[in-house]
Amino acid sequence: MHDIITIIKKEMARFFGDKRLVFTTVIMPGLMIYLMYSLMGEGMMKQFSTADDYVGKAYCVNMPAEIREMTKPANIEWEDWDGNDADKERILKEIADGEKDLLIYFPENFMTDVAAYDITSGQPAPQIEMYYSSEKSNSGTIYSKMQSLLSAFEESLVNKYDINMSAEGEGKFGSFDQASETGIMGKMLSGLLPMLIMTFIFSGCSGVAPESIAGEKERGTIATLLVTPVKRSALAFGKVISLSIIALLAGISSFLGTTLSLPKMMGGEVDMDAITYSITDYLLLFVLIISTVLVMVSIISLISAYAKSVKEATTMMAPFMVVIILVSLIPMLGIDMGGKATFFIPLLNSVTAMTSIFGFNTDLTMIGLTIGANVVITGVLVTVLTKMFGNENIMFGK
Amino acid sequence: MEELLQVKDLRKTFKLSAKQQKLENTKEKVKVAVDGLSFTAYKGEVFGLLGPNGAGKTTTLRMLATLIKPDSGDAVLDGASIVSQPEQVRSKIGFLTSELKLEDFFTPNYQYDFFSGLYGVAPEVAAKRKKEMFERFGIDKFAEVKVGNLSTGMKQKVSLVVSLVHDPDVVIFDEPTNGLDVLTAKVVTDFLLDLKARGKSIIVSTHIFSLIEKICDRVGIVINGKMVACDTLDAICGDKTMEERFFEIYEEKVGKIDA
Repeated sequence: MHDIITIIKKEMARFFGDKRLVFTTVIMPGLMIYLMYSLMGEGMMKQFSTADDYVGKAYCVNMPAEIREMTKPANIEWEDWDGNDADKERILKEIADGEKDLLIYFPENFMTDVAAYDITSGQPAPQIEMYYSSEKSNSGTIYSKMQSLLSAFEESLVNKYDINMSAEGEGKFGSFDQASETGIMGKMLSGLLPMLIMTFIFSGCSGVAPESIAGEKERGTIATLLVTPVKRSALAFGKVISLSIIALLAGISSFLGTTLSLPKMMGGEVDMDAITYSITDYLLLFVLIISTVLVMVSIISLISAYAKSVKEATTMMAPFMVVIILVSLIPMLGIDMGGKATFFIPLLNSVTAMTSIFGFNTDLTMIGLTIGANVVITGVLVTVLTKMFGNENIMFGK
Repeated sequence: MEELLQVKDLRKTFKLSAKQQKLENTKEKVKVAVDGLSFTAYKGEVFGLLGPNGAGKTTTLRMLATLIKPDSGDAVLDGASIVSQPEQVRSKIGFLTSELKLEDFFTPNYQYDFFSGLYGVAPEVAAKRKKEMFERFGIDKFAEVKVGNLSTGMKQKVSLVVSLVHDPDVVIFDEPTNGLDVLTAKVVTDFLLDLKARGKSIIVSTHIFSLIEKICDRVGIVINGKMVACDTLDAICGDKTMEERFFEIYEEKVGKIDA
């Protein structure tokens, strides 16, 4: 036990003594995620808000009065044009240059033609033509606005029945959507967060584990440790525990970055009040994450111990990263793995358990089994790592 | 005279790659590095393993230090077997070789404390010993300089001091003066004599005749993984120098040395 603590202390001194390493492993991921997500969220908000207060400038030919009335809330200044050929090129060029946003053309007597049109006749229906430029964002926005307005207008002409049209989203028997706010949030978070957490933990350990094990092998400093009376198992435990602490710190940093920027990212769609996880949920999640970190660090440590150099370790870890992402995607894609066997498959069990917590379906038996399985798996992996530290071919093979 | 180390029929082979087999023009898949080596070293003496490069000296010492395991045979060091009680062996010995590196990131001061901790040396004993050793090797002025920034000679000195944090009774030293400048080499040789004077037992490997003559009580000549002669320095050399005797023995066992 004393040896394990000595090893952990050294690993911590190595890590925290190196300010650059602390910055790139712990501080930077969270900060980057926060800045990136916030900027992305703000950028998206901006795109929607310009469209809201922008006053569109458009030409119209033969626009019926009802339709002009209907477009008022859309904030478009209409300029009438008689459709003569002389101005055609100038107008189309204005649209192409972004000076005007749209030209809309209604056939003469549009409203009477529409009223007289019989859908069963097989004849082409009267056509409205809109000219716009998809490369100008304002033109594109005005075009889609008009398109949805006109579609709505068309529907209102033949309105025979509505579906769930009431403004409050409620009908005779109450709310249409029976899902609770919490449930919706749960579904959203349980799809997203397990994958984020798994990748954060992975990137946290992949930054330091190859350096700490394969690096020590490469530089010959592990041999210095191996001639001391320290037990190989103490070395293995010491390494795995200290790497887990670092990975956990990196994971927490990324997690903070994500949760803090999530409201900005979702543009206010995240209803924080609806996130009502209990203290037990948080505690379970914390223990679950720790057990997952242990498993993942042990696997990466094995890879690093097997590799001959840091470079080789990093290369060998790439396929493992793909596995983690695929496993994390399983609940997001809604694939139900079913069966109790899932609880004993490392990583998959953690993802499933996290999904259940985030989805507000905390299943204590499942989470308990998962944590238990993770501890046992870590034990097995650390035993293998101990054997590897004792194997001269692996430790000194060139 | 009390026996310290009994080495019995140590054997170690390494796998040869296909390319290496071609290079050495052999069909053998394994190379025998140490071939049934036996010898005895005594307490308070300096035992020297003498031999050309590739004779198996370093491999023997690495087996004694339990870094690698023998294919067969065993050695008992102060009552502990290198095969079945490697941890006990490691706690009794200090092993020095250029193969053992210190992490560049840490200072000599930190390294000393860290290894003292691993060897289970009490902090107050470690502090006293550190002061003595750092002064003796001139490390005190560099105690807070990261190992990566030290000169090669100073790095070697720090390695030496760090491998002796537990003041072991047995010191195993692979090529003690290799790669050292004359001044540092003298500091190290004097230190080995000093250790001997303090009653420590020392096992060194070298191909330098003068070093054997200067510090060893007993010498074992290793050629191609086999012990070809092993006795006290006087018994082996008689009135000849170590160098003369070595080549006599070599020609007797292997044949004329081709230039």
